[in-house]
Amino acid sequence: MTIPEKQVGIVLVSHSEALAREAAAMAVQIAGPHVHVAPAGGTDDGGCGTSADKVAAAIEQVDQGIGVVLIPDLGSSVLTARLFEQPDSIVIADVPFVEGAISAAVLAGTGATLATVLIAAQEAREYRKL
Amino acid sequence: MDAKFFTAWIEETARVIAANRDHLTRLDAAIGDADHGTNLDRGFAAVREALAARPAGTPGDVLTLTGTTLIRKVGGASGPLYGTAFRQMGTALNAAAQPAPPPADAPPPGNAGAVPPAGDAGTTTAPGAEGVTAPAGGGEVTLSELAAAFEAALAGVRRLGGAAEGDKTMVDALAPATRALAVAANGGMKPEEALDAALAAAEEGAQATIPLQARKGRASYLGERSIGHKDPGAASTALIFAALRAVAAG
Repeated sequence: MTIPEKQVGIVLVSHSEALAREAAAMAVQIAGPHVHVAPAGGTDDGGCGTSADKVAAAIEQVDQGIGVVLIPDLGSSVLTARLFEQPDSIVIADVPFVEGAISAAVLAGTGATLATVLIAAQEAREYRKL
Repeated sequence: MDAKFFTAWIEETARVIAANRDHLTRLDAAIGDADHGTNLDRGFAAVREALAARPAGTPGDVLTLTGTTLIRKVGGASGPLYGTAFRQMGTALNAAAQPAPPPADAPPPGNAGAVPPAGDAGTTTAPGAEGVTAPAGGGEVTLSELAAAFEAALAGVRRLGGAAEGDKTMVDALAPATRALAVAANGGMKPEEALDAALAAAEEGAQATIPLQARKGRASYLGERSIGHKDPGAASTALIFAALRAVAAG
């Protein structure tokens, strides 16, 4: 397939640095090396919690100008992510962390619009495993 | 109440939070993740340093810098929540000091640390605009303006966290204290008396969280087992009002 010129970026916001990093790695494994997924996990000193500065840096890293989807795990990740919301450019997907990350990354990798990627991420809520 | 007063309030808050750090953490250990005291203490210690490094011009600037620093340094849910509260207050005070509509200044380049703008969830201001900066020396805050600033803080916290009164959160202290302050300001009370009333309402509100079942945050996972414990966020909110009352007493 041809790699789309611009893609929606995805930022995974977690309390855990390792969880965000590995979830991002898994999403890239599944969606392809061309997708723009960045982790923002843990506090600045590597502890359990959320860092607004890490989220800001991750957004900047993946933003190609057609939108960024933030996928938080829970609690302060959600609150921190909400501080960055911008209508029609930086949006939060209220979805299961791993499943949402993967379905958003797969769609983002096709060059889909922000709205389409967001819907795809939200469909991850409905996926049944059995 | 001038910038010096608000700086003194924040410094007193930092002192009171440090003195109550272990108490807050113990409250949080019962129903949360045992980091509320530590997180807030780390945040306010950073605020102290930030205020010392960049003495702010207006009361609004002091509170906006306080909020931004809390968002960047706390790491837990109290960072975005208290950060939003202080930033909303800062924006409200600076807007009150400058009644004419603010000119659409170009945002300064390189928003240090790229912490998001003071508008929170859904309400966006231009990136880099740390609220509305009032003219230098734009300085005395009235009791009514302070009450309105707390109303802005409460609205910001509610929008961000989605908590209502009775959910066993900081809103259970902040909302009654804000109402008491508004009533006192409208009634023409002296600042000390008004802040007494606000503090009493915050403490009562915090105490009243004990029998509640949590509906927000980690404590909500505990269901009925969250009953019987004071909410740490409501407790720290009461401390912030205690610091305000102490500074007003001089």
